[in-house]
Order: sequence, then C-alpha cells, then structure tokens
Amino acid sequence: MADLIAKSPLDGASITIGALTLAEFDAGRITSVAPLQGQEAALAKAFAPLGLAFPAPNRVSTGKDARLVWTSRGQAFLFGAAPAGLEAHAALTDQSDGWATLRLTGAGAAAALMRLVPLDLEAMAVEEAARAPLGHMQSILIRVEDGFEILVFRSMARTLWHEVETAMKSLAARAQI
Amino acid sequence: MRLTCPLCGPRDRREFYYYGAADYLNRPAGGDPAEWDAYLHLRDNPAGQTRDLWYHETGCAQWLLVTRDTVTHSISDVALVAAGGASGGGIAAKVKPEGSA
Repeated sequence: MADLIAKSPLDGASITIGALTLAEFDAGRITSVAPLQGQEAALAKAFAPLGLAFPAPNRVSTGKDARLVWTSRGQAFLFGAAPAGLEAHAALTDQSDGWATLRLTGAGAAAALMRLVPLDLEAMAVEEAARAPLGHMQSILIRVEDGFEILVFRSMARTLWHEVETAMKSLAARAQI
Repeated sequence: MRLTCPLCGPRDRREFYYYGAADYLNRPAGGDPAEWDAYLHLRDNPAGQTRDLWYHETGCAQWLLVTRDTVTHSISDVALVAAGGASGGGIAAKVKPEGSA
C-alpha cells in the first residue's frame, strides 16, 4: 500500500499575540471509546495497564502516555495510545483525522476563550473537560496547565482559527488602551 | 435562561434545541388511528407545570426531559431521557371519547 503523507488541518500553524499563543498540536491517535453494555468492569481492567480509568462527566483521566477524555454519555476519547485489547469491551472508532486540535496558552487564555464560549472557564480546573459551543461550532475543551486545548471538527479548523485569533487581537488591543 | 444538564452542568439556552411536548416519548404500540391521532396532534396547553423535550445540541448530545412552569418560567427538573426520564400517563389518556366534537 502506498505510504501517504498525512496533512494536519492547519499545517502546524502558530501565532502569538500579546501574552497568548495559539498553535496547532499533534494529539496523536484519537479513538472514540463507547463501552458495550455490561462490559464496564472488563473495560476498566483493560484500561488499567495504561494507567487510565473511564472518566466521569467533564473529566479527564491521565495515564502514562495516554489520556481519556469524557465526551458524552457512555463515550470518551482516547488520545495517544492505540486501543489495543479494548475491542471486546467497547465500540471503537478511529477519529484521528476528524478533528482539528489547537492549544491556546498564556495569561488570559480563559478571558480570550470566554469571548466565544458561554462557560465560566476561569473556574475550570486542570483535568477538566467540557463539550461546549464555540461560536456556533461544537467543540471539546480540555483545561491544561497553561491554557486550553480546543478540538473542533476538521472541516471547521480555519473558522476556529479565525474566531480565536479575532478574540486574541481584541483582547490585546484593549490592554493597550 | 439556563438549563442544568444532568451531565454537563448549568448551560446557556443557546446550547439546546427545543423539540416539543414530552408526549413524543409515549409512542403508541398498536395501530389504533385514534391513538395515533392523539399522539401526533393532541397537546395540552397548561398554565402551570409542563414537560417537554430539549436536545443538548452543542453539549453532550443527549435528549433531556425538562419540567418547567409556563406561568413563573421556573425550571424544576431536568432529567436524561436515556436514564428512564419518560413518564407514565401515556397518550391514551388524551384520546377523544367516542362521539365528542
């Protein structure tokens, strides 16, 4: 089979405005994991070697080389690791190419993002995640140490970039008044 | 207006899509035309407590059963339809008695 070159949605773009940096990052393999009925205990056992546990709503489970992020009722996204040994216990879907993954970091990241998301992001702690609207897009937000990871459908990557860049610019402009 | 999603927490009204009365959960099992007529067309219009379906479109993508008051606009309960939030009662209670206009 031909070895094709994978292209990221934004070609690894990055921009810094004021104290904030918006950059695309490689989230690794993304797999949707939906536990099959009655398989929760077996799935927990299969996740144990990765140091992961199926997350409660709005939570992230962080393991050695992988993360498990809650995305809906009975569904979480596995970032990083291959879903080896999970086939019998959960419905798995490879979504690696379906998402644009950006990171907004720096002081005021929450303030910038709160121009677009109707949630109190200042109150969001590390290891927390949310399904939330960003503008009119469905997004997944993950709080990390120095900012937020933002995921939207790949087809909306440039819209997301435009929205967040505008918010960053207006925040920087206000700081200069 | 805010709805407290049982999974996501308190969220803005913009995140939800309104579907209609919770009667839609009580789909008739049989083929009785009167029951189907009631299921599709007969709705209460109460001044007071009412129950309807909302979809958490830009959140967890779950159907929610919302209990609210049309007089005070207060929202007293939000439950997951998937968690068995469906009510008893049934649409049969609304079927017009024989001979009524």
